[in-house]
Amino acid sequence: MQGFLRSDGRKGIRNYVVVAYLVECAHHVAREIALPLREQGVQLIGFPGCYPNAYANRIMRRICTHPNVGAVLLVSLGCESFDRDGLAEIVHQSGRPVQTLVIQQAGGTRATIRDGRAWVEQALAQLHDVPRAEVSITDLVVGTICGGSDATSGLTANPVIGKAFDWLVDHGAAAIFEETNELVGCEEHLASRAVTPELGRELFNAVVKAEDYHRVLGHGSFAPGNAEGGLTTQEEKSLGAYAKSGSRSVAGMLKPGDLPPHGGLYLLDVVPDGEVRFGFPNIADNAEAVELIACGAHMILFSTGRGSVVGSAVSPMIKICANPATYRRLREDMDVDAGRILEDRGTLDEVGREVVDCVLRTAAGQPTASESLGHQEFLLTYKSFEPLGPACLPR
Amino acid sequence: MSVNDVPFRGRLLRLAAADNVAVATVDFPAGAVIPLDDGQITLVTLVTMGHKVAVAPIAVGEKIIKYGCPIGSAIRAIHIGEHVHTHNIKSDYLPTHPRG
Repeated sequence: MQGFLRSDGRKGIRNYVVVAYLVECAHHVAREIALPLREQGVQLIGFPGCYPNAYANRIMRRICTHPNVGAVLLVSLGCESFDRDGLAEIVHQSGRPVQTLVIQQAGGTRATIRDGRAWVEQALAQLHDVPRAEVSITDLVVGTICGGSDATSGLTANPVIGKAFDWLVDHGAAAIFEETNELVGCEEHLASRAVTPELGRELFNAVVKAEDYHRVLGHGSFAPGNAEGGLTTQEEKSLGAYAKSGSRSVAGMLKPGDLPPHGGLYLLDVVPDGEVRFGFPNIADNAEAVELIACGAHMILFSTGRGSVVGSAVSPMIKICANPATYRRLREDMDVDAGRILEDRGTLDEVGREVVDCVLRTAAGQPTASESLGHQEFLLTYKSFEPLGPACLPR
Repeated sequence: MSVNDVPFRGRLLRLAAADNVAVATVDFPAGAVIPLDDGQITLVTLVTMGHKVAVAPIAVGEKIIKYGCPIGSAIRAIHIGEHVHTHNIKSDYLPTHPRG
């Protein structure tokens, strides 16, 4: 598998130019710069908020220096809070071409769009100079989430992802699962898999934190479609979701923006610390994807029962469809048909192997279904986290 | 005859031996008689794909067991063959919220 070598030693499986708006007021201009060039590997990302937020700042820094990103254009209105100079400096230090356009200084909408497109076109040409390197499985970071779950998710796609995760971890990759708010009910079992008792306590506490947080909100992490599809309670949904983590020991816990220090299985804690300040932990699936990508995930295994069609900017999604009826309806949007297990046309092991093959093909450059359909969703809102405690990443 | 020769009619999946519910893998009409382990279950109501059916009687307050783990408690008495969902069980952790 041939990838792109970055100055920090990490290797990318894609080589995108990202155009990043730093407040909603700069969104239209950034979109007009990026959209005509999207088939050439230019993607639109951004943070809509005007108020400052350390979490959003950290996530944008990680995304703009992600191994799949080759160059960055920042689009600022001019008066927003975002630390655009700090972000530009971080990207510059990473050895990537970076440019900042400030709409209020550049002369408004048309001038900024013109200057932006010109810069992006020359950045695309410069991407050819990025050194190539062999990517091995030990270089890969693979994340997983479920979206649009129904009762089949926990029967087919999630256990199949668990098998793929076992394989990846055994071969030295870093594998990250998350959604601590969907592990409510699984906390004891999860803690028992930790490589140290101290880490086990952190994992347990992360799930308890999620339960307390959602009790204050008055909502579990549960959508109407989950119930229509046969899931009745949060803990039932959690048991199905938990199957994605496979059976290997948990090597550590991360928070959004922390990079796994070596291969192994990691839990990403996505529930904010402290009092409920900004609302739901992740307002939709793509916010979770962005957090995995901020931890360095090259790609995401996305299990769906009801049929989510999203992809993601920066890191491709591999869509694993749990429900055979959904697969028949939305075949073009899916990469793996796990629902066939319910119809005796495949075993968990066979489909698990198919997922691994898809991971390797995607790492080698083959577009996934959602990539081919042009999906590049990106969702980033306000959160706050304390730093990781020392027990979270045992040596 | 191999399993591939038999037309797939769907089944009830009991995921662990201790489970008192099983999952329908296709839509089953009310009155359908489905084999399960050494016996069979007669469905009292329509059960759609992915939904649960009681395979043992469940008293009010008793835990519903799936994957060998509790997934909630009964809020009504449940008979064998009945659909098990938000109308007769509740979470022991957090509420399930509906559309709108």
